[in-house]
Amino acid sequence: MAKIPVQFRLNNSDRATFAEAADNLLTTLRRGLNEFGPKYGCGQGACGVCTVLIDGEPQLACLTLTVACEGRHVETVSGMADGPNMHPLQNAFMDNFAAQCGFCTPGMLMAARALLDRNPNPTREDVVEAIAGNICRCTGYEPIIAAILAAAGARGEKRA
Amino acid sequence: MPLDVRVATSMAEAAGLLSSDQRTKFLSGGTLVMRDVNEGRLLDGTLLRLTDPAYRQMNASGPRVELGAGVTMAMVLNNRDLPFLHAVARAIGGPAIRQMATIGGNLFAETPYGDFAVALLALDAQVMVQSGYGSARTVAIEEFLGARDRGVSGLVTAVQFAKPQNAADFKFRKISRVKPKGISVMSIAAHLPNSGSRIVQARVAYGAMAPTPVRARGVERALEGKSLDSASIHAAKAAALEGTRPLTDAIATEWYRREVMPVHLGRLLTGEGR
Repeated sequence: MAKIPVQFRLNNSDRATFAEAADNLLTTLRRGLNEFGPKYGCGQGACGVCTVLIDGEPQLACLTLTVACEGRHVETVSGMADGPNMHPLQNAFMDNFAAQCGFCTPGMLMAARALLDRNPNPTREDVVEAIAGNICRCTGYEPIIAAILAAAGARGEKRA
Repeated sequence: MPLDVRVATSMAEAAGLLSSDQRTKFLSGGTLVMRDVNEGRLLDGTLLRLTDPAYRQMNASGPRVELGAGVTMAMVLNNRDLPFLHAVARAIGGPAIRQMATIGGNLFAETPYGDFAVALLALDAQVMVQSGYGSARTVAIEEFLGARDRGVSGLVTAVQFAKPQNAADFKFRKISRVKPKGISVMSIAAHLPNSGSRIVQARVAYGAMAPTPVRARGVERALEGKSLDSASIHAAKAAALEGTRPLTDAIATEWYRREVMPVHLGRLLTGEGR
């Protein structure tokens, strides 16, 4: 079957590629567009490691049909840094030792970013809820929660 | 022949395509069907997408609620007219899943998934099913769930139910071993409207206690016409297992589910913490 042309914005750049009809977005990002930020974890929507933002909302790339992304804006962890300047969340993850093996980190960062974009001053409970769909088998979650709360605090200080 | 994807722009077109081709599979939010694609269980045929805005419409301001089958859990959470369903929607997955998972899809989720369907069963919802290009017919959710595994012909377009007169009359609890989120050991929903201080038309539903969500008729009988006190709750707990056929899976054994069901039912009814 012929591949289907698909165009969408990826981290603020217009990108075009070809996909099989039933390809999921994760396959297209990693194999078609060399965007290796989102990882393949479970393929079932259980681990959250492929979390991306689509039009600003967190979604799982492994369960999203590529052709359904036509004309939409997809954001991955690779688009978080501003040139050499890392996103406050990325800095906070480093400062709080929130990554050990690092496999969950791309999904954690995107889930955290979705939260802070909507709610710049989250409570600890908000943070726990925001990463409830993301599994980490190394850190025990506490350093990740601390990092997200620290990044929220840093953003608040920057605004003030 | 590999999987193909088609897009329908109206519900009638989607229903027509689904009715005319058994190999066409409807893709709502993708959280169930794309799993099958990723795991190689769905290798050929056609995936059907629907872009009709009516599929995601919500009408929740009046006493009768109608939710398009394409309404997501996130949309339910963001709707201020549905506070009694917020705990239900929040119990399903993390924020990313909730952006994708739809009410229509949840009606097809196999046990131990499908917590939203449990709530809809306790609300005595009606499921709108459109077959072919005709108009949609209304099916009671209990009948729909009972017939689900024999295959549903057509498209689920919406669900309808009466809004509880008092939000406190509706209770929901999902029991999971993983905090804050995990797959259900079981879920329980109860709609216990009051007339005076007596419960009238009690509806109690379980998830993960049978191959599909089921009504707890013994509990309903125990509560009907009674006030919610220790005697009626004791009677409800004694009848908790009537009609259940729990399965053993990776989350819990059938024995464990039977053992803990009366305990969690009691906590739901008394409003106790976990």
